[in-house]
Amino acid sequence: MSGGARLENANPLIFQRTGERLQTANDEDEDVADPIDDREIFDLIRSINDPEHPLSFEELNVVEQVRVRVDDQENTVGVEFTPTIPHCSMATLIGLSIKVKLLRSLPERFKIDVHITPGTHASEDTVNKQLADKERVAAALENSQLLEVVNQCLISNARTG
Amino acid sequence: MAADSALLLGLVEEFVLGQQDRKAVDTATGKLKAGQFTILQLVEALGLHLTSSQPQTRGRGVQLLSNVLQECYGDLTEREVKVLIVFYENRLKDHYVITPHVIQGLKALTKCSVLPPGSAVSILKSLFQDIHVQSLMLAERSCVYNILIQLMESRESELKGLGADFVFGFVQSVDGERDPRNLLLAFHIARKIVHEGYDLGKFTEELFEVTSCYFPIDFSPPANDPHGITQEELVLALRVVLTGTPRFAEFLLPLIIEKLDSDVQSAKLDSLQTLTACASVYEHKDLAQFLPGLWASLRREVFQTASERVESAGLAAVGTLTACLSRSVLNSDSEDSLNVFLELVLKDCQHHLCEPDLKLVWPSAKLLQATSTASYRASHRVAAAVLPSLIEQYNSRTQCAQRRTLLEVLQGFVHPVTSSEEDESVLLDFRQSLCSIVFSALSESNADLQITSMRLLTALGQQTGLLLESDVELAVDHLTRLILEEGDPKVSLAVVECAGALARLHPAAFISKMVPRLKEEIFSGGLRSKAVRQRCVAALAAVSSRPSLVQESTPVLLQVLTSAHTGTGAFSLEEVISVCHSLQKIAEQAQDTEETGGVFHDVIPRLLGLALQAALQGSSGHCSPILEETVLSAMVPIISTTCARLQSRLAGQTASLAVSLFLDGDVSFLPENAFPTQIQLLKVSQSQMVCLLMGCVCWLPRTVEVPQMDRLLLELEELSCTCDHPLSYTSAAKCYAGLVNKSPAGEVLDSLIDRTLKRISTELDSASSPVRTQAFTLLLWVSKALLLRYHPLSTALTDKLFSLLSDPELGWLAADGFSLLMSDSPDVLNRGSHADVRIMYRQRFFTENSAKLVEGFNAAVQEKKSGYLKALSHIVNNLPRQVQLTELPALLPLLLEALSCPDQGVQVSTLSCLQPVLLDPPSALITQLEVLVGRTLALTTSPTMKVRIASLRCIHALSRFPEHEIMPFRARVLRALAAPLDDHKRVVRSEAAVARNEW
Repeated sequence: MSGGARLENANPLIFQRTGERLQTANDEDEDVADPIDDREIFDLIRSINDPEHPLSFEELNVVEQVRVRVDDQENTVGVEFTPTIPHCSMATLIGLSIKVKLLRSLPERFKIDVHITPGTHASEDTVNKQLADKERVAAALENSQLLEVVNQCLISNARTG
Repeated sequence: MAADSALLLGLVEEFVLGQQDRKAVDTATGKLKAGQFTILQLVEALGLHLTSSQPQTRGRGVQLLSNVLQECYGDLTEREVKVLIVFYENRLKDHYVITPHVIQGLKALTKCSVLPPGSAVSILKSLFQDIHVQSLMLAERSCVYNILIQLMESRESELKGLGADFVFGFVQSVDGERDPRNLLLAFHIARKIVHEGYDLGKFTEELFEVTSCYFPIDFSPPANDPHGITQEELVLALRVVLTGTPRFAEFLLPLIIEKLDSDVQSAKLDSLQTLTACASVYEHKDLAQFLPGLWASLRREVFQTASERVESAGLAAVGTLTACLSRSVLNSDSEDSLNVFLELVLKDCQHHLCEPDLKLVWPSAKLLQATSTASYRASHRVAAAVLPSLIEQYNSRTQCAQRRTLLEVLQGFVHPVTSSEEDESVLLDFRQSLCSIVFSALSESNADLQITSMRLLTALGQQTGLLLESDVELAVDHLTRLILEEGDPKVSLAVVECAGALARLHPAAFISKMVPRLKEEIFSGGLRSKAVRQRCVAALAAVSSRPSLVQESTPVLLQVLTSAHTGTGAFSLEEVISVCHSLQKIAEQAQDTEETGGVFHDVIPRLLGLALQAALQGSSGHCSPILEETVLSAMVPIISTTCARLQSRLAGQTASLAVSLFLDGDVSFLPENAFPTQIQLLKVSQSQMVCLLMGCVCWLPRTVEVPQMDRLLLELEELSCTCDHPLSYTSAAKCYAGLVNKSPAGEVLDSLIDRTLKRISTELDSASSPVRTQAFTLLLWVSKALLLRYHPLSTALTDKLFSLLSDPELGWLAADGFSLLMSDSPDVLNRGSHADVRIMYRQRFFTENSAKLVEGFNAAVQEKKSGYLKALSHIVNNLPRQVQLTELPALLPLLLEALSCPDQGVQVSTLSCLQPVLLDPPSALITQLEVLVGRTLALTTSPTMKVRIASLRCIHALSRFPEHEIMPFRARVLRALAAPLDDHKRVVRSEAAVARNEW
């Protein structure tokens, strides 16, 4: 049990960003549209819980803001995540929970692409293929047991976030 | 007599044959108590039945006797008791159908105060010998336990004479008990046995086995449990037994170690808490043998924990274990078990501290900190082992994140040692290096590092002897530099906190170093940016907690105000306001002493003087910032906070000075006495200064009498009804209300209110009057003042307000007025200002008036209805939740109506009032779910952002309704929530995302 996990990596940017955003909302109220940006997507996924540790993806450095790509005009979202260790057996589950979270939280117009950061996992291609396959994702979510586990990851983030 | 015995025989006959039950017992008891016959006669009458060959008949006989005994055990003589006991003991050997009644009878007999000596022992002996408790029914088992408890209470010494046999008997009778009610009784007995020194003899292990087999307790009461036994109760009852005596140690500790392996959270938690409990009772020799096993389990729990509760329970256990070991007195031949334990802890934890990147740093640090808090000896040992390596690492590492972690760990070690009061601090040896680390971190450019080091600095400062005079000075220099140079808001916040904490302990250094430097900076002119000055001002406020510092800092701030007024310092409006806020903060945090009181007593005249000068100049052209309404409003809380805390002598003085200034234009007490002699402050041109008067007179303690009250009230009324300047008439109305609230009840007050009400009514009733708004404002404030103190006239005023709801001009204002009426206002009429505020005035107002409101709503024409809805939602919003819940069913139709009201203000207010209620939905809401969901979903596309957000929150709350209720709506809600997910405002989107994820 000797630290397979990274130390929590509190992101100093969080606080500032939140403040900034509130101000936009107050200042320009109804008229200005805020585009969906990297930060917003990151906010959605950073507090998902790791299936193994009582820590969030952000704390484990599984997701980073720089690895989130959004194009509001083109309706695409791309997220890269980094498993904590190259042989992490949970990689698929992690990817699935990110995907589910985004599916539930983003407008339907977006195409969501979740994959592993290149070169950080042993069976990168397999996992990526699984995650990109719409039908496999849908099938996985039919499995009530799996859905339960995914929900478990997502649930606690509602509390903290 | 003959008739009596015949009656008795008849009764007995009827009972035994089963024709009568309760009545026979009651009659017999009544007669016995009345002395018409004795228990002996009853037994004689029963004679035949008691010796009958039919067990059923014997049973009925004994039942009657037992039932009678239960009622009148107090009237028996010792001889009777003796005979009865012998009889009953004998009956125990009888047929099993009789046993329950026999036990009942015995229970009654044990309650006798005249129980002959020796009988307790004999009862128990026959009980243990003749019956097998666990084959009895629930009620009888409980009876047996009650007999035991009863005897333990009344005949303790006799039972102890029984020796270990008693324990053995108990163990036998409890073995296999399953009912929680009886278990509670059994644990109670066991606790008594353990705690009151009964001889356990060779049955220690048996007693332990028979109780510990329930550990850890896993009990979930049935849904409609009438007995109300909780798992918590059982757990605590058992824990007291198990941790009661060190003699259980050899059995309990292995059991705990075993149960810690359990996968069940509650079992782990219970084991850890039991361990904590027993460690405070046990001695080191009880623990010594199990230390490695315990440590291995504890370490695992803390290192790999999934829940914070388990972790903190584990840490607590480690702490008490250490404390227990530290209590031990060493013999020359035994090894020091504390050392052994610490050795273990250090061996497993120390090396993790050398890897500040990895996850295990924190659990290790916490474990070590838990041990070091436990005792002085332990802290010595741990500090000596850990600190040098931490310090060395800090100096050798270069990455900021690592160094920050190290600092935080260090801070954890600095904190706990505060518990050792007398011994010189363990950290003294490391003082030098700790200080140098802090100062080097302070001079780093990384914000996190700075913040953490300031926390460490604060922690060091809290302990005596760790910061030398020179260190403090150096620290103050660093802090000052950070104030002047660091723009990061988080750093500034930390600086201010740290400075505040240190200034309380070392005021001298701050006076000599920081204050002059900041002062210089504030007045250095436009070279520095505004932000720097702002930080200086905030820092000045933060450090001013000691009188000596207050004396230094307030003049600086006042000087800022003066120079802003004269226009020499080029201070902007915001700066002036922030200076006012700082002054207010100082007034709030300053310790309440004669000295500070004096300082602030001088501040008030200066502020008044400044404001007056500004006002006078204002009319002559030059515009001073002090004249601005915002600045004046910021000055009010300074004055009011000060006044509320003044001691009564000074308070009285201030009051009379202020009143004479405002009424008579007496300027003699103001500094820089250069005012024209005849000024009339309550007349139109300088009227806005009346808010300062309000801050002053309305916040004085109630014991202080305000001079010239009648005249003052008259002038205020006049001003509030005639002036057309909003701040002036509102302040005058507030001031008037504040004074009315505090003035003693009686005819004077009543007539005063009458007069005012008349005047208000006249103004309000003439539709063309130019001062209707003013009159309304006064009405509103006076209503509030009276409502708060439950004055009988308040109803008249609030009724007036209700009638205004349908007023075309003022209806809207009136509806908003209800929110003011029900909420606390910050500047007057609150508890801080010593106002007369009765508890629960809101509930009272609501219960008295909700009917009127509903009536008015129903009677009003369509266009006017929204006013009523608005008023209602304001009132309900401010009610405590408990009342909201009970009143909701009645109001729900109205509130739902309000949701479809086109006014957005009403929508927001209603939604925000519904949302907390939805979190814990009453059943009335569930029946209305359909409407509720429909209306709230419709609002998610409202053009106003606030409405959208509030409605999304409500929908979020709805997701916690019982699953089967919301299931039918799920698809609809999810579809509807797709739209706000694509909202153009980010805040709305995030609320929608949260809500949709929940659904």
